[in-house]
Amino acid sequence: MASLGDNSADMGMHHERLGGRERQAFFEIEEAENFTYPDSYEVDYNKRGTIDAAVLDAREVNKQIRSLMSEGYGTIILQNPGAKHSLAVGILNRLNLYIEGSLGYFGCGLIDGPNIRIKGRVGWSCAENMMSGTVVIEKNAGSTFGAALRGGDLVCKGDVGSRTGIDMKGGTIIVGGKTGILSGFMMQRGRMIVCGDAGANLGDSMYDGTIFVGGEIASLGVDASEGELTELEEGFLQRKLKLYDIALPKRWRKVVSGKQLWNYDNLEPSEKKLVL
Amino acid sequence: MCGIAGLIHKGKQAQIGGQMTSMLSALRHRGPDSTGLALYGAIEAGSEINSYVMRIKLAEQEETLHGFRIAQQILERKKMIDERLQEMGASSVEGEKVREYAYRYTFSYDGDLRRLANYLEDIEGVEILSIGNSLELIKDLGDAQVLSEQYSLAGFVGTHAIGHTRMATESDVDIRSAHPYWAYPFADIAVVHNGQLTNYWNSRRALERSGHRFTSNCDSELIAVYIADCIAQGGKLQDAMESSIDAFDGVFTYLVATHDSLGMAKDTMAAKPMVLYEDENFIALASEEVAIRSIFPHEIDTTDPYEGEVRVWHH
Repeated sequence: MASLGDNSADMGMHHERLGGRERQAFFEIEEAENFTYPDSYEVDYNKRGTIDAAVLDAREVNKQIRSLMSEGYGTIILQNPGAKHSLAVGILNRLNLYIEGSLGYFGCGLIDGPNIRIKGRVGWSCAENMMSGTVVIEKNAGSTFGAALRGGDLVCKGDVGSRTGIDMKGGTIIVGGKTGILSGFMMQRGRMIVCGDAGANLGDSMYDGTIFVGGEIASLGVDASEGELTELEEGFLQRKLKLYDIALPKRWRKVVSGKQLWNYDNLEPSEKKLVL
Repeated sequence: MCGIAGLIHKGKQAQIGGQMTSMLSALRHRGPDSTGLALYGAIEAGSEINSYVMRIKLAEQEETLHGFRIAQQILERKKMIDERLQEMGASSVEGEKVREYAYRYTFSYDGDLRRLANYLEDIEGVEILSIGNSLELIKDLGDAQVLSEQYSLAGFVGTHAIGHTRMATESDVDIRSAHPYWAYPFADIAVVHNGQLTNYWNSRRALERSGHRFTSNCDSELIAVYIADCIAQGGKLQDAMESSIDAFDGVFTYLVATHDSLGMAKDTMAAKPMVLYEDENFIALASEEVAIRSIFPHEIDTTDPYEGEVRVWHH
């Protein structure tokens, strides 16, 4: 019987040695060009295709995106998405995708690599579990925006709902407007930039990562505390917002984990309750 | 998980029956077990405040398929309703059979609406779905398309409406458990709700001690009665809804409609979805944007209401 390790190596996947909180380097930067999924397609950004989603269901739209990529199309325009759910999901490929309208729930989930521009708004759970690439939304977004995000840039130029970046593990979420309650809840890594106001319980139970807020904060969550903004971070914020053509707020507030809650000390559970 | 939707036209009437059917059909995947609508027809200028329309159910749909001598029982119940309406002093009574077990009555009545409703519901198997000057509450098993065909809703003209598609989770698949809920016995107040109230029994007992009665064990009915009770005590709809945010525990998003208004409230955790479209003439709300899109051929801008938010729009 072939071992699991042999199979995964054959597929070109890298081994991960689990070692507590130690950070793993999966590949050398020189290898980056070769780091593609086994079934990803060679695409040409100058080859453009169009899909009209008006009379298609989500499964058919996603199949057609995959079909066009398999034919080498590197730029796809999706027309009439009509706020349907689960569109543009599971794209593990280089691709420029332009969505001319709005998405429903779970749009752009489980993606790794594409650059997606959305002319309208998105519903709940946009770009959930996104690994890399960019998703830029011109209007508003619903709740659980970028839940469990692992990498890439997720940008909403308007307002977003509650629980933005819940459980995010990397990457950057940028919100041009305001965000709702419990944003950054249980955030583990990555950066969240909110140019407007942030709702109550911001960064509740966050393990790590950083939240930058340009407006007012209704309240901080459990174990979230304000930190001091460094010059390096200020430069980073300027560059990031300029990249996506979003106005820079006059001042920033930085929120980080107080590190009293999750395995950062030797307190007994009863003592932790007192701290909180 | 259930789906809810609502709309209101400002200062005009429209074919709200067709619009709501379209919206609720788009939400079918959120609950195909039963569908209900609270439609508000226009009150004609000069019409008297004591003119009522009543939607009433004389049996469950299931009973009509398998019940023993149910057809005869329905006729007997109908006769008793006619007699009791007359006995209570209702005039200009007209009863129209909509389905074998569902009737629409119009009548004039000057007395206490609670006494009338109690007396009619005292007839075994009879349930009043709604009484109001403009409210017509229609609910039955199946999806929105089925309901629309059975009750000829496509041409219903009115000013505003709320609706619900139900995924039965905690009670039976029957008309009694279908939404919306009328705020018994307050005229023209109805509620649809997506969520769960965790302090249902405590709140219900408090209202029962004040003299209210409930026709079901559904937490959505609690919201309707709570709102109606606040209004009956002189409060405004906006105030009643704002106080409900603190009064109810749990996760909820609900829509409430009165004779001239549509309201929306979301709990403090914002755990249940709601999408809002608003322009100067028209407001539409739904659990999913796809429902609002079903009545707009062109691109629209929508938003998600925030945690603890209460909004009220008037016709």
